[in-house]
Amino acid sequence: MRLVKAGKIVQDRFVRWSDDGPPPEGTAVLVPHQRLFADPALLEREAPTGVIWPNDRNVAELAPYLHRLAVVALVFPTFKDGRAYSQARILREKQRFAGELRATGQVLRDQFLFMLRAGFDAFEVTKDADAEAFADTVRRYSVFYQPTGDGRPTARAGRLDRGPEIGSRAPERVPLGR
Amino acid sequence: MYVYDEFDWTFLEQRIAEFRDQVRRRLAGELTEDEFKLLRLLNGVYLQLHAYMLRIGIPYGTLSSEQLRALAYVARHYDRGYGHFTTRQNIQFHWIKLEQLPDAMMHLARARLHGIQTSGNSVRNVTTDQWAGVTPEEIEDPRIWAEIVRQHTTVHPEFSFLPRKFKIALTAAEHDRAAIKIHDISLRLYRNEAGETGFEVGVGGGLGRIPYLAQVIKPFLPKRHLLSYIEAILRVYNQYGRRDNIHKARIKILVHQIGVEKFAQEVEQEWQSIKDGPLALEPDAIAEIAIRFRYPDYERLDDNPDALTAARLRDRRFATWFNNAVNRHKVPGYAIVTLSLKPEGGTPGDATAEQMDTIADLADRYSFGEIRVGHEQNLVLPHVRQRDLTDLWRALDAIGVATPNLNLVSDIIACPGLDYCSLANARSIPIAQELTRRFRDHEAARKLGRLHINISGCINACGHHHVGHIGILGVEKNGEEFYQVTIGGRADEKAELGTLIGPAVPYGEVADVVEDITAAYVDLRERPDELFIDTVKRLGVEPFRERVYATRQGG
Repeated sequence: MRLVKAGKIVQDRFVRWSDDGPPPEGTAVLVPHQRLFADPALLEREAPTGVIWPNDRNVAELAPYLHRLAVVALVFPTFKDGRAYSQARILREKQRFAGELRATGQVLRDQFLFMLRAGFDAFEVTKDADAEAFADTVRRYSVFYQPTGDGRPTARAGRLDRGPEIGSRAPERVPLGR
Repeated sequence: MYVYDEFDWTFLEQRIAEFRDQVRRRLAGELTEDEFKLLRLLNGVYLQLHAYMLRIGIPYGTLSSEQLRALAYVARHYDRGYGHFTTRQNIQFHWIKLEQLPDAMMHLARARLHGIQTSGNSVRNVTTDQWAGVTPEEIEDPRIWAEIVRQHTTVHPEFSFLPRKFKIALTAAEHDRAAIKIHDISLRLYRNEAGETGFEVGVGGGLGRIPYLAQVIKPFLPKRHLLSYIEAILRVYNQYGRRDNIHKARIKILVHQIGVEKFAQEVEQEWQSIKDGPLALEPDAIAEIAIRFRYPDYERLDDNPDALTAARLRDRRFATWFNNAVNRHKVPGYAIVTLSLKPEGGTPGDATAEQMDTIADLADRYSFGEIRVGHEQNLVLPHVRQRDLTDLWRALDAIGVATPNLNLVSDIIACPGLDYCSLANARSIPIAQELTRRFRDHEAARKLGRLHINISGCINACGHHHVGHIGILGVEKNGEEFYQVTIGGRADEKAELGTLIGPAVPYGEVADVVEDITAAYVDLRERPDELFIDTVKRLGVEPFRERVYATRQGG
């Protein structure tokens, strides 16, 4: 497993902490959601704290903690389970969470773009080869049909920028090289 | 026709490049079959009993002659010379080799065809009326809305890994030819009392093991909000739909578990928070899609040209076909012509490469290069000059697609069944073939009137058996094929689920049972023009049950 952040493979400075005792001073930790509920004072520590949030729980419950959370780690138990995409968009686009949004679980290269578009910016990538291919993979597409919080321009925006073709039937536009 | 622009082309080429890389990684062992399965399904590639199957979407059932030729090419060069049109306006090729898939896909892509989201737990091909844009019944062309939804749901970053498949259908005519009520989302475009057009939105329809019809959760949705409302439904479903049991994962189960009122509230709450955001459809964004639809340059002609009237009186075979296959067009002097893919002894929905090529040529000559596919697994030439009908009929008859059995007993909807499908319990195609032989007399069939038989080879209900006037479902009992028979189902604007008439019967007796049912109907109907479906509605299943089981036990 490799962590990809800002498009690069990086060292993970967060330690997963599920013991009952307090985490060591100065260590960034990721804790399960039960631990956060039991001990919200974790968020008062100097070192950053993040939470691992299950995919079957409403992310609205995180609202009171978001301003102090450095990381929200969402879970893909298998890559066919897409609940965390909705959670990510709600966190980013409605709750305006600005910290690290991390994808964990089964994370393959074929999901990177979906995840980026849903608001994830950190990826615990299952296979090393996929992590290494990150930069190339996310350049695979340049056309997107849906507006999401990631701000990538959509086909609709491109069409409107092109100016009106109303009045004359739009010609079929063929890409270069065909 | 919707014509692509540079954005649509670029997207499609990038998609195929991605799939080519995924196939390469699978063949190199970098992807497990389990991982690859999800990716291939999102591109319409199934693994069936004998080979990979490629399902190509035909958005809202509209094809150009160039596209039909591309399908013929793939049938000839990568398959065994034919393709199978499905109940969701798609076409399937059943014999393609994995390593040839990317090339076959590239060939199709040059004609703007692809298999994106024709399978997998994603939003499937949006279907609509095969007469869209040409029927005088509709209030506007529903394909513009189908295209807007298609684009929005294509490779959607949030909804590509839903609990289960997700189907949307749309109609803008009073008579529903798109079977919208059996879809996860049903959209009916209509004009309200204030004179505004908008959508009646239903949710939770679907067949399979536990069949339901869609229930209305939004009686009138202004057009501006179509995408945001669909987004809200999908967001609720993506989060709360069941994922622990594949048989309970469709949205219909969620709707029934939490109740339709509660479900509607959840959607409403989500929708209120996003409806005026970037998904709101402003008139310029709608116009950008609408102008990409091309309409033919019709001539000014009169209805019922003399030559047509004379031919109808002169040639009995032509008249029979005309009365069965030709429908009214919104432009005077033109007609909508349906081609039957249900010849005697044939496989419902199959067309050979030669037939496809010829139909493409006929479309160029007689229908402005356009062909439609309907959920009944037949094809349509949507813009035929009435004065060309006799010539067209001869050409269609010569290639076996002028059987005058549309909407009659031998116009059967059937899934591929155990002959192809790894999910099936029983064969569907041979049952359909036998029925077309039993009911080969078109005059007798015409006297039976409108009668839809639907056959599925397993409970997944790809043949829509629950909504057949007569529905036939293959089941397995102790290693043998048995068939349950329902009557009284229908898929149109008065949609209903059929009722089981009694115990399942063995393979060899199915056609006899159908004959018994039709004979009972002829005895029971009040007048010659009381349709089968209306007789069942009036009398219930009991008299049919008595007739069928009087002489047999059932299994």
